[in-house]
Amino acid sequence: MIEVKNVTKRFGATVALDGLSFEVKKGEVLGFLGPNGAGKTTMMRIITCYMPATDGAVSVAGHDTLTDSFQVRERIGYLPESAPLYLDMSVADYLSFVAKVRGIESGSIRDRIKKTSEMCGLRKVIGKDIGTLSKGFRQRVGLAQALIHNPDILILDEPTTGLDPAQIIEMRELIKRIGKEKTVILCSHILPEVAATCDRILIIVNGKRVASGTPDELTSSSGESVNITARIHGPKEDVREKISAMDMVIGCRIKETRGDGPATFLIKAKPGDDVGQDIFKMAVDNNFSLSELRVERVSLEDVFLQLTTKEVVSE
Amino acid sequence: MRNVCAIFQKELRSYFNSPVAYIVIILFVGFTSWLFFRSFFIANRAVMRDYFSMLPWLFMIFGPLITMRLWAEEKKLKTMELLMTMPIKDWQAVLGKYIASLFLLSSMLILSLPIAITVASLGNMDWGPVIGGYIGAFLMGAAYLSIGVFASCLTENQIVAAIVSFFLSFAMWIIGESFVIFVMPASLAALFEYVGLGSHFKSIGRGVIDSRDLIYYFTVIGFFLFLNAKGIERRKWA
Repeated sequence: MIEVKNVTKRFGATVALDGLSFEVKKGEVLGFLGPNGAGKTTMMRIITCYMPATDGAVSVAGHDTLTDSFQVRERIGYLPESAPLYLDMSVADYLSFVAKVRGIESGSIRDRIKKTSEMCGLRKVIGKDIGTLSKGFRQRVGLAQALIHNPDILILDEPTTGLDPAQIIEMRELIKRIGKEKTVILCSHILPEVAATCDRILIIVNGKRVASGTPDELTSSSGESVNITARIHGPKEDVREKISAMDMVIGCRIKETRGDGPATFLIKAKPGDDVGQDIFKMAVDNNFSLSELRVERVSLEDVFLQLTTKEVVSE
Repeated sequence: MRNVCAIFQKELRSYFNSPVAYIVIILFVGFTSWLFFRSFFIANRAVMRDYFSMLPWLFMIFGPLITMRLWAEEKKLKTMELLMTMPIKDWQAVLGKYIASLFLLSSMLILSLPIAITVASLGNMDWGPVIGGYIGAFLMGAAYLSIGVFASCLTENQIVAAIVSFFLSFAMWIIGESFVIFVMPASLAALFEYVGLGSHFKSIGRGVIDSRDLIYYFTVIGFFLFLNAKGIERRKWA
């Protein structure tokens, strides 16, 4: 649906995007992740035809953003960072302005406004001036504005900044619901947000791609090892030897414990699902009883930090 | 056309939703009436020449007040990013906004018509120069407004936009005035007089509508609207 090929964007001497390529398939929800200043917003502005790339090509549904800009614009709904809106207009006036510009026939404008405002929970504030609305409602107006022409593609740049936790959850639910029918790019520097809503994640740093994949792929591929904590009743040394002998296990040590209670083993193993199972089987086979078994997965947070800080160090 | 119309309506709505339009119109009508009638009864002649001769100066102040927010506010609120990613061509946005400012100018002039009616009722007024004066005033105001919208697209600060457009308008006016031309070398004098906004206004004000004057005003307006479109294209590189 969206194809970005080798896009470079320079502002004078600064390079905002450096040969970035990626693809978003129809119906996919892509999380576009990166630290502040990584070039996320610039990339979104290029896809939405706000500015051209210095080099490279972007096509949306087969239409080039440079030569076929209007075809592209018609297919995209865009919510820029911090939802910029005309504060002196009422919600209804604003939505009908957008609807007109978006080319919705005047006969069906009312109907579209009704539908989108219901979808975004704006019924109560439809007659109010945007300037008097809270941040959460403004964000929803921004979203309604992006949805009014029922576009195939939705581009959201940090849609939850400035919202309170309840509103953030609400917004995520809304995005998830919309994501079922539409192709969505969600820009963010907040990991849980992307992890909670996206099918696929793309991480960029300094205008370059550093990783991409599903949340699961990212967490499993980047971690070199997993940590497992196990509490096993049995002769300490015997258990330790048995664990160390397993294929996947890299190392195992006994955590210092006070008193006689069961020992806690800290195990380092290669990534994979079956280590925990092996340990359980071993305990059963040897008649040891197992009172705790915890696999600590590498979180997306760790992956993100690892990827983004590595880049900075190497420069 | 649909887009130009939508932008025009939006701008008009913001003019009249905020106090801006009312303040500008009331100040203009009140101020001009007072200035005009102050000397009118002393001169005791049913002519409006004095009225039209002060308009270039007043428009220099009222023009920037009308146009300063048109682009500067879009930039400040960052709504420009949304506007420019909608299926709107740059020139359509420029034109929509410009026409909205023209609408305000027309309302100012129309609401000052009671002055002309008062004068006509008090004496035997020649309508020719008055109609010419209104047409000239509209064209000159339109030229000032085109300068104003252009200045507004240069900055996100409305005050800066107003000051820049004031000085640009002032410069465009002053270069054609006799005391500037007087010190110019003869070869440049004719050019400066032609480029200056004033000489054309005066000749239309005499009641003579010459196509050269019309062409002049349309050229100035077209030129600044073109610069405006170029100015908002600057987003693409910075």
